[in-house]
Amino acid sequence: MSMKVIEAERLTKTFASGSKEVQAVRGLDVRVDPGELVAFLGPNGAGKSTSLRLLATLLEPSGGAAHVAGHDIRTDPAAVRGRIGYVGQLNSAGHNQRVRDEIIMQGRFYGLAKDAAGRRADSLLESLELGGVATQVVSSLSGGQRRRLDIAMGLVHAPSLLFLDEPSTGLDPQSRANLWRHIHRLRDEYDTTVFMTTHYLDEADAFAERVMVMDHGRVIADDTPSGLKADLIGERVVLEFDSHAEAELALPHLRDHVPAGALQDLDRRGNTVELPVHSASRRLPEIVLVLAQAGVTAHSTETKRPTLDDVFFALTGRTLREAGVATTTEPSGEEEAA
Amino acid sequence: MTMSTDHRSTVSRQQSEVLYPNSFPVDVWLVFLRELRPVLRDPMSVVFGLLQPLIFVGLFMPLLSSFSGGELDLHWFVPGVLVMVSLFATASTGSNLQFDMHTGAHERTLVLPLRRGPLLIGRALKEMVPLTVQACVLVAITMPFGFLPHPVGALVGLVILAVFGVGFGALSYALALAVKNQDWMFWTIQQAVLFPLMILSGMLLPLEQGPGWMSVVAGFNPLSYIVDAERALFAGQFGPEALRGAAAAVVVVLIGLFVGTRTMRKA
Repeated sequence: MSMKVIEAERLTKTFASGSKEVQAVRGLDVRVDPGELVAFLGPNGAGKSTSLRLLATLLEPSGGAAHVAGHDIRTDPAAVRGRIGYVGQLNSAGHNQRVRDEIIMQGRFYGLAKDAAGRRADSLLESLELGGVATQVVSSLSGGQRRRLDIAMGLVHAPSLLFLDEPSTGLDPQSRANLWRHIHRLRDEYDTTVFMTTHYLDEADAFAERVMVMDHGRVIADDTPSGLKADLIGERVVLEFDSHAEAELALPHLRDHVPAGALQDLDRRGNTVELPVHSASRRLPEIVLVLAQAGVTAHSTETKRPTLDDVFFALTGRTLREAGVATTTEPSGEEEAA
Repeated sequence: MTMSTDHRSTVSRQQSEVLYPNSFPVDVWLVFLRELRPVLRDPMSVVFGLLQPLIFVGLFMPLLSSFSGGELDLHWFVPGVLVMVSLFATASTGSNLQFDMHTGAHERTLVLPLRRGPLLIGRALKEMVPLTVQACVLVAITMPFGFLPHPVGALVGLVILAVFGVGFGALSYALALAVKNQDWMFWTIQQAVLFPLMILSGMLLPLEQGPGWMSVVAGFNPLSYIVDAERALFAGQFGPEALRGAAAAVVVVLIGLFVGTRTMRKA
């Protein structure tokens, strides 16, 4: 057996929608090692949530195969369920249940004894800062408290693999920061594998170690955030000159700094020249010096680091903003169709 | 717990039972307990559910009594209202599940290592608690007005009502699962079934005085046997009516749990 925590091959899911068939997932291949933190990024309807729900055994695949936590999602869904934590897009707790009771009951569903489940609930209440609302009814909680309760319910059995479907949607910035602190602590303390979808580009950029970009039911890129940006876009130097003519004069001297095969990206727009350069900020003084020696003076310079939005644009020709993804962590209120 | 998956990849879903952390009865017990908790914490909500039946006893019964020249009294009417209590309390319980489907709480239970059957059975079993409490309160309220139930008969009658309630509640859950998020569909079907069942059981008015076809249709309505059984049992008659009513309740609970667990497995 392989040591992968998630191993999916050509996983597909087709929904019947009236007389039409909608292919939500068209051949998902994923391999995830223990301890990885993977973010699934993509526009609404790209198939992220459906993929997660397939892997978490909430949906039966139309084709393909997958092993999750060592068990086949088709033939052994119960075994998979016992080994994964899953926090869906919606809330997990019964609205008329009490917070602490609900966490304890979750523990007992996973086979913990009553007192062990109680101790586990108390430690989760403390670490997710829910101690103050332990005896309250779920319907009285704020949005952020409910989300943390969802996380607590997903963690009660200390799963080695945690699926999170847009865990931070609708949270205020402070709650979102807290959530990430908890996720990282989980990683550090238990080596938990985290596989999540997110709506927020900056979040994936800042926290994930590996980003899978999904579009139209397929994974179209899979790398570290910096790897994606370096491979697909690279860093850029932007030079501004006093005139078109001067900018034109500079072009031949800049060719040597552009990586092989990226010459077509050397681009002049008016007074401005933009060129791809490896380690742009380190190379910038040298570029300015070379230009000065040739008698061309740039009057302002800038280095540009690409964003994941640039990556998505390079891959699809669309921006994620057009495709309905929030590029900042301002709550957008948008929900992805399952 | 580590286990090799190689030899398991060929076994069917049913045979992976050993992989559930709890036994089947424990699964049922835990689901039952979880569903019961909000009821225990807020028992007044159960008593408020009696408002509708009490209105029938207070406003409909006197009319009925006058029309029948006093022949149809509390002893005829109250057992019928008890069946109405168990019918109404359990018929709408699927909407609780629909609420959980909206919030995500139901999806949460589907990723737990719980068998699908107990998810339904535990919920359905809980139905008998509020319904039995309501029935007892209703009997207690009507006793000062002259309703005198036979103690043993009443006890057996309550058991039959509880069994029926579990089955009917299971069907209500099955309906909620089948119509998914369409609340209006749930209520439309529920009402379309509920009122004919109620009227064609002789619960509120004796069918003997109606057209013949009504009695014929009522013969296929399990509820009419339960209504007859309740009237007989509360009067202390342990005859064939009681037996037929018990059989009808058992048929309803078997059908309900079968259909309900099947629907839950597909969810």
